[in-house]
Amino acid sequence: MKRRFLIALFIFGSLLGSTAALADAATEAATAADPVAEKRLQKLSEELRCLVCQNQTIADSNAELAQDLRREVRTMIKDGKTDKEIVDFMVVRYGDFVLYRPPVKGITLLLWGGPIVLMLLGLFMLQRYLRRRSTRIDAEDQPLSADDASRADALLKENDQK
Amino acid sequence: MNRYYWVLGAFAALVALLAVGLNLNPRDVPSPLVGKPAPAFNLNVLATPDKTLGPKDMQGKVWLLNVWSSWCVSCRQEHPVLVEFSRKVDVPLVGLNYKEVRGDGNFDMSKMPADEEKKLAFQRANQWLAQHGNPYTLTVMDLDGRVGIDYGVYGVPETYIIDKAGIIRMKHTGPISPDVLAQKIMPLLAELNK
Repeated sequence: MKRRFLIALFIFGSLLGSTAALADAATEAATAADPVAEKRLQKLSEELRCLVCQNQTIADSNAELAQDLRREVRTMIKDGKTDKEIVDFMVVRYGDFVLYRPPVKGITLLLWGGPIVLMLLGLFMLQRYLRRRSTRIDAEDQPLSADDASRADALLKENDQK
Repeated sequence: MNRYYWVLGAFAALVALLAVGLNLNPRDVPSPLVGKPAPAFNLNVLATPDKTLGPKDMQGKVWLLNVWSSWCVSCRQEHPVLVEFSRKVDVPLVGLNYKEVRGDGNFDMSKMPADEEKKLAFQRANQWLAQHGNPYTLTVMDLDGRVGIDYGVYGVPETYIIDKAGIIRMKHTGPISPDVLAQKIMPLLAELNK
């Protein structure tokens, strides 16, 4: 049992290792030297947008600029900068667009609030529709008049005979 | 009938929204540097490698900083516009050569010593300007792209207009077309030089 666990652990570990090797050779060397710093680099890189390939983070992207920015982040980590200082460094140069999670402020209000507003609007419309529908059904749900009832009976009988 | 108009209206609004969205240029990311002082640098000048230049040296003048490289395809497209500009207009145009060698992608940088990179970069930049014409008052060499990062460069070519006080007043990403020059850049230069 214990052995099986160890084998699983080994396979899992080597899988992790191979994805790291794909990332780039420099990362691998640095990870060996300082795993804590590399973990921070990884975390920060996942928050930052690569401006060349705009739908990738600088952790995913292998564009020149992404590599340069990773190198820049790595240097700043080595220099003992805090996460906030590093993120600010990027924002000063590339703007809020570099952040995968843009801050909530005037210009991004629609971005953050839009989905909630749309959902509330949808709920409101659904509720209005349901209410109208139920009043309509109530209105239609009158008992048949004697005349209609006898007509309906006649029709049903006709159907039975066929 | 009335509610169909309502649905049609909503649909038209959606189409309009998407049409506007699709016509926006995703590369046109507003630069946070507009309105801020041009980041300092001190880089070697292409024509006189033993001398350096920085934004401080340009204080008191309205000037353009144009990021270019010999491997950059769009730079070739905008180059004639710049050459024409430099002939007609008396505004300093400083070239920032961005990662001339290591940006090319055809070199194994791990095997190239720094002095060789430097030599090759100067050689390639000079050759390119000799071939296509040199519109630049001066060109400075940003070999490793560090200055490019300070200026938020992410797609060469890029152009910055910097005023007399050293404040960036405009940034243009991508090649300068004759239209951009006539409609955006020239009016701003005239205003700043008043």
